[in-house]
Amino acid sequence: MRVALFTTCLADSFFAEACADSVRLLRHLGVEVDFPESQSCCGQPAYNAGHEEEARRMARHTMEVFADAEYVVLPSGSCTGMIRCFYPRLGDAERAQQLGSRTLELTEFLVRVLKIDSLGRGLEGRKIAYHHGCHALRELGIDAEPGQLLRGAGAEVVDWEADKECCGFGGLFASKLPEVSAAMADRKLDTLPDVDYVTSVDGGCLLQLSGRAGKRGSSTPFRHLASVLWEGTGENAVNGVHQ
Amino acid sequence: MSHANPGAYRSTAARILRDEIETRESIGSATRTFDAHRLQAYGQIDADRWRDWARDVKSHTLTHLDRYLEQAEERLTSNGALVHWAETAADALRILDKVVEGHAVRTAVKAKSMLTEELGVNGHLEKLDVHVRETDLGEYIIQLLGEPPSHIVGPAIHKSLDDCRRLFHAHLSTPLDAEPDVLAAAAREALRQEFLAADLGISGGNFLAADTGTVALIENEGNIRLSTSLPKVHVAFVGIEKVVPGLEDLSGFLQLTARAATGQPIGNFVSLIQGPRRSDEVDGPEEVHVVLVDNGRTALLEDETAWEALRCVRCGACLNICPVYRQTGGHAYGWTYSGPIGSIIAPGMLGLEEAQPLPFASSLCGACVDVCPVRIPISDLLLHWRQRAVEERLTPTGEVFGMKLYASLAERPRAFQAAGSLLRRTPWSAAGHALPVLSGWTQERNAPKPSPRSFRQLWKDGIE
Repeated sequence: MRVALFTTCLADSFFAEACADSVRLLRHLGVEVDFPESQSCCGQPAYNAGHEEEARRMARHTMEVFADAEYVVLPSGSCTGMIRCFYPRLGDAERAQQLGSRTLELTEFLVRVLKIDSLGRGLEGRKIAYHHGCHALRELGIDAEPGQLLRGAGAEVVDWEADKECCGFGGLFASKLPEVSAAMADRKLDTLPDVDYVTSVDGGCLLQLSGRAGKRGSSTPFRHLASVLWEGTGENAVNGVHQ
Repeated sequence: MSHANPGAYRSTAARILRDEIETRESIGSATRTFDAHRLQAYGQIDADRWRDWARDVKSHTLTHLDRYLEQAEERLTSNGALVHWAETAADALRILDKVVEGHAVRTAVKAKSMLTEELGVNGHLEKLDVHVRETDLGEYIIQLLGEPPSHIVGPAIHKSLDDCRRLFHAHLSTPLDAEPDVLAAAAREALRQEFLAADLGISGGNFLAADTGTVALIENEGNIRLSTSLPKVHVAFVGIEKVVPGLEDLSGFLQLTARAATGQPIGNFVSLIQGPRRSDEVDGPEEVHVVLVDNGRTALLEDETAWEALRCVRCGACLNICPVYRQTGGHAYGWTYSGPIGSIIAPGMLGLEEAQPLPFASSLCGACVDVCPVRIPISDLLLHWRQRAVEERLTPTGEVFGMKLYASLAERPRAFQAAGSLLRRTPWSAAGHALPVLSGWTQERNAPKPSPRSFRQLWKDGIE
């Protein structure tokens, strides 16, 4: 099987190691990985801020870049949601739906396409909190999958009262209304149990939570799920810690 | 019209976040409790099917609004009620003036109603020298404090028990350590005198069944029943979007609304009002006025996308689950309707510019969409108003320019890579002053550390 990796603009710059771990993980599972180099941004930051025309341009570009891919896999729930749920509103609906149906967030791809239930036992003894990114949870319906994969690799996934509440990132929202956005992150951090690290499928959420935690003087590490799952295979060293 | 000031959202929210710790705790705890009850109550029914049904009935009614409103008017009139049409808040208040004048009204009791808050009824009556008393316990509390409601269903949820103890001690001489039931009993006794003395009862209306001309009111305290049956005259202000086709629709709506709002199977009291006391009845008002209020609703209905917001039954479920609302409560939003629903009706009812920045006061997490009993696509409507705001040039010029630049770069892979590499090497602290998008970030958070090398570079070198 062959997939095209869409690393997304944010992960390319801020979670490069997690993107590399996505490649390692996929290859480890026998998947060939392409990286179409003309990829850029899915357009979500523009779309969510109301800049529909700019989002349409980026959607058009992205649809061309991935036109021939068998599967498009992203280490991001919200960018996957942008393609699957919103591209059909931004132009060629039929083509967009077609692309959406073969575009999957990484854990979604592992569980729903590759039917993976166990990666290895590389997370034995780890205590992990999983943050549900809102778009992964509500647009894509990714709910139990990350926990299954983490537990399958030996991790203890702790109960977290606020695990399904928004972290307050929301793209430009975080900068337009920083006080409210930070208070939302505080609610997450105030309820966070003692863990080895916090993980999520979305880099935006991780930047928000780790940035706020850092400002509060906390040293809890935040790691992208792709890196944690790669660790779960037991094949690697620890990568991609954001503090 | 009551004063609206959504423009101060950011500064008001920031002040509440900084200074009002107790308020935030009260709001957080009340909304989480409401939502937990809602979740349980939804679990007892086939909520998805009920919500589909409610959406369809409301959408049908809104697309035939003129027909159902005329039918409601005709039935109410034949029931003996006096029906008025108010296009604006000022029209509605003029109708009230005539009632006050005609009956020499000196005192009025009021049932909780968001529409009367929207219209500014209390302030108006005070100007006419009419003593007006809110009789819902929460409304009573905030009336004594001189504050507007902070929540559609629980107007005083921003207040703690100790706030109420101090307030009632000052007004009703209850002990400073009084238990809630003692406070409620004191309010009840004080209000009872007001009910008996009132010349006029004022209410809103949760639903209006067109086929029978029935105004339906949901409550828990019995104060609506008293406000609408003890005084000789009753005026009900009903938004034109509240109409449903038939009495039998109420059975679904009354239950679904109560479940969504407070998790109850139905309100403790449901009043169905069709007109004044009939000759064979022993109680009820001698005169009933139903004021059908537009006040911006038709404008919202005309919007091809946002009209769906008019399905709202004002249950407050979207406020209760909203992570943004939960941080500050309703006062930050600067007008009657707060939270997600307020942010999607404000641009239609107040005007797009007047409503800024409310459509942006959301992270688009979508939690509200999962709970809305009439399935209003709240996130989509927030996006719709954001797009309109961009079209109308109501967003900062720098943002518009930045997005155009970003889209141009995204279409040119080499330029995009060069820009990305430049961004990674620029310290945010240095760029922050020039770019609000960065200074907004670093104000509350540490600047993110870019990866030493982009994935693109790692890929070129080969991933081991």
